[in-house]
Amino acid sequence: MSFLLGPPQTAPRPRALRRLGARALKVAEFLTTPLLPADYGSLIAPLHLSADLRGRLVERRRETADAATLLIRPGRGWRPHVPGQYIRIGVDVDGVRHWRAYSLTSRVGADDGLVAVTVKKIPDGVVSRHLVDEIEPGTLLMLDQAAGDFVLGPRAPRRALFLTAGSGITPVMGMLRNHPELTDVVVVHSAPTADDVVMGAELRALHDSGRIRLVERHTRVEGILDLRPDGASGDESDADAARTLDALVPDWRLRETWACGPTAMLDAAQERWDAAGLGVRLHTERFRPVVAATGDGGVVTFTRSGLDVDADGGAPILDSGEDAGVLMPSGCRMGICFGCVAPLREGSVRDLRTGEVTTASAGNGGGAVPIQTCVSAPAGACSIDL
Amino acid sequence: MTATITGVTDREDTEPETTEPETTDPADAQPARTTDAAPTTPTRETRAGKATRRPARASAATTERHWKPKRSGGADPAGHLTPAQIDALGRELDALRDEVMATRGAADAAYIRRLITVQRGLELGSRLVLLGSKNKAAWVAGTLGLTAAKILENMEIGHNVMHGQWDWMRDPKIHSSSWEWDHAATAAMWKHSHNEVHHTYTNVVGRDNDLGYGILRVDADQKWHPAFLAQPIYNIVNAITFQYSIALYDLELGRHLKYRKRLSDQQKTDFVAGVRAVAAKTARHVARDYVVHPALSGTSWRSTAAANFTANLVRNLWTNTVIVCGHFPDGVETFAKASIRDETRGEWYLRQMLGSANISGPPAMHLATGNLSHQIEHHMFPDLPSNRYAEVAVRVREIFDRYDLPYVTGPLHTQYLSVWRKVIRYSLPNGAWEDLREQPVPTLRRGLSWLGAQVRGSRRHRA
Repeated sequence: MSFLLGPPQTAPRPRALRRLGARALKVAEFLTTPLLPADYGSLIAPLHLSADLRGRLVERRRETADAATLLIRPGRGWRPHVPGQYIRIGVDVDGVRHWRAYSLTSRVGADDGLVAVTVKKIPDGVVSRHLVDEIEPGTLLMLDQAAGDFVLGPRAPRRALFLTAGSGITPVMGMLRNHPELTDVVVVHSAPTADDVVMGAELRALHDSGRIRLVERHTRVEGILDLRPDGASGDESDADAARTLDALVPDWRLRETWACGPTAMLDAAQERWDAAGLGVRLHTERFRPVVAATGDGGVVTFTRSGLDVDADGGAPILDSGEDAGVLMPSGCRMGICFGCVAPLREGSVRDLRTGEVTTASAGNGGGAVPIQTCVSAPAGACSIDL
Repeated sequence: MTATITGVTDREDTEPETTEPETTDPADAQPARTTDAAPTTPTRETRAGKATRRPARASAATTERHWKPKRSGGADPAGHLTPAQIDALGRELDALRDEVMATRGAADAAYIRRLITVQRGLELGSRLVLLGSKNKAAWVAGTLGLTAAKILENMEIGHNVMHGQWDWMRDPKIHSSSWEWDHAATAAMWKHSHNEVHHTYTNVVGRDNDLGYGILRVDADQKWHPAFLAQPIYNIVNAITFQYSIALYDLELGRHLKYRKRLSDQQKTDFVAGVRAVAAKTARHVARDYVVHPALSGTSWRSTAAANFTANLVRNLWTNTVIVCGHFPDGVETFAKASIRDETRGEWYLRQMLGSANISGPPAMHLATGNLSHQIEHHMFPDLPSNRYAEVAVRVREIFDRYDLPYVTGPLHTQYLSVWRKVIRYSLPNGAWEDLREQPVPTLRRGLSWLGAQVRGSRRHRA
């Protein structure tokens, strides 16, 4: 069956054998036209004979009331990730394929060959609810290679600060598990209550062992972590003053910092670090795009699908297209991976993060302009080549 | 063989409006709409027609009935309904559609995936068995399996996937924009002529080329020509070579031969590209069925080639049988071009309901026909997943009864014989068949002279 294996090959094989395999693949292609050998192969051994990267869910392990860790066996072609990176997972919910990005938390090159992501339910989240509560072990998942630059970099810092909230702890846990050489670490983590701390037991064990210093912030009682400089918020009680960044991590300025959490927290952190002239020492990862501007919307014409969709000025074209049944390429859904880029043939779109308007005109020699559909909404009528 | 057929592919009925000198049809006497341009260029409006799946639909209230009589006359088949009732019918059907669409889910997705797995397994298994096709039992089992696989692939899977019935799953592997099928016609050209032209202009004489495919006269309002005398033969040849006839039909070969001097450069380029695509695809399929697979069978090469030929032939005959039973049986209405001007949503539904015919039978029949046995439901809701037509049919039948509309259905043999009756009857000029039944011709000589008189009569009539 080796002829069923298309590229990429995982292990180098003798040249003669490879040539024979290539020839057999050609013959197989003749036999399976109009399909490809992999279209049949994926039905026999989905993980190994498929043209696309897939994975199988091995275990769903509950972390908290609303979070679970998924252990996944990736198929042929999986390339080891860098701790802190995320993968995109395609999962069918009620028969409909959805793609979402999740940070990897597993050890690189673990003996069992599994990779892990930890998912936290978000309110009204179709996919997160399915992954946390419903998905059964054995389910086949679509995967993408790991991506993202929220990583430690070539040289681990001597002193590190991780500023996280909610499921923002997941990429950090990926780094902590894979980088035992990190010893001077402070983790400031916010969650509604102690029970809501994702992977709380492991974090506390790390704290108790002295590997990290964990500062838990239970926001339901203590309120949101204030990242502003001391005194900036006016009349503070002593208790409040004790909970500022300077009080919690007096040496934060000396620490290389990675922050992952809700937009408001990241914006506040960025402001503080920039004000201190330390912007370059802050690395952030966002869950979703910062919507800065919405426009009037308009009719989006998907030229190849032959569909017109009346879209809202605040809704990404990606969402509108998917809802109408257009096969939209997608990626991180937050404007960073460029997996959703499609040509704008005519009309204008607004970048939801910046409010910037991009215009293409078919006439007058103007060509199509590639746009990121996940962070672009129509600014009047426009047509997309999909 | 197909070249002979396509030589007579085009009748006046399928000419582009701009080149038609006659204006006897009241529709042609009025200012041309934008969609009256040659149908090769999909205009916005034809696209809008395809996109009936869009949630937001134009639903202007029906204040008047837009139905117009055909040249041959006849009464409005929905004449007993008021415009308000037709409006209500449209709303009721939209609601039914939305209701069923909203319940699509994991079970439906599992159905199509299981079907695809079974079909591919059956094909792979049959081809493996056929490697030893010298053995009679292997030949029979392999041929049966391959035929069934090819039929499933074309009908319940291919046709329906390319209709976009499974696009909602957002699986790029099972999507109308990426699907390619085991058929001489390429997916792209088939989707245009089928989804855009046929499903939009269903049974409109002179608009819907599926009404006889340009080689058969199946309606009194299609103009007669002496070439139609031989249409019983075309019908048989068409069935035997069905996948190739469809490819030539989708290429609009007849039209191109007829108007080759008047075509724009773009049309010529597109046509040549289309011909190349079909030729390349056909070459690959021929290589697969008649070179590579037999070669791998070694000493069984001859019987493997014969098995593949048989499977292709039976698939052609079967798909043709099912498809002619969809719109040609007795009781199916056709419409004048003028009828679809300003047609409302309710009237569009009415035309689909009255212009299609079902095949009754057990679930296996529905599967074997790709659920085109539910042609009526398919034409009303072309993008509804095919596994749902059976349940929708019960509700649709009730609506037909309530609105007192004829639901044309019957077992396969009845419907197929009814098609043949039409093929024979309309091979002669209008009225000739009735004439013949009243006064049968006793000898061949008398028959020929009778025929001559009919032909002359028809010419006079046309002038």
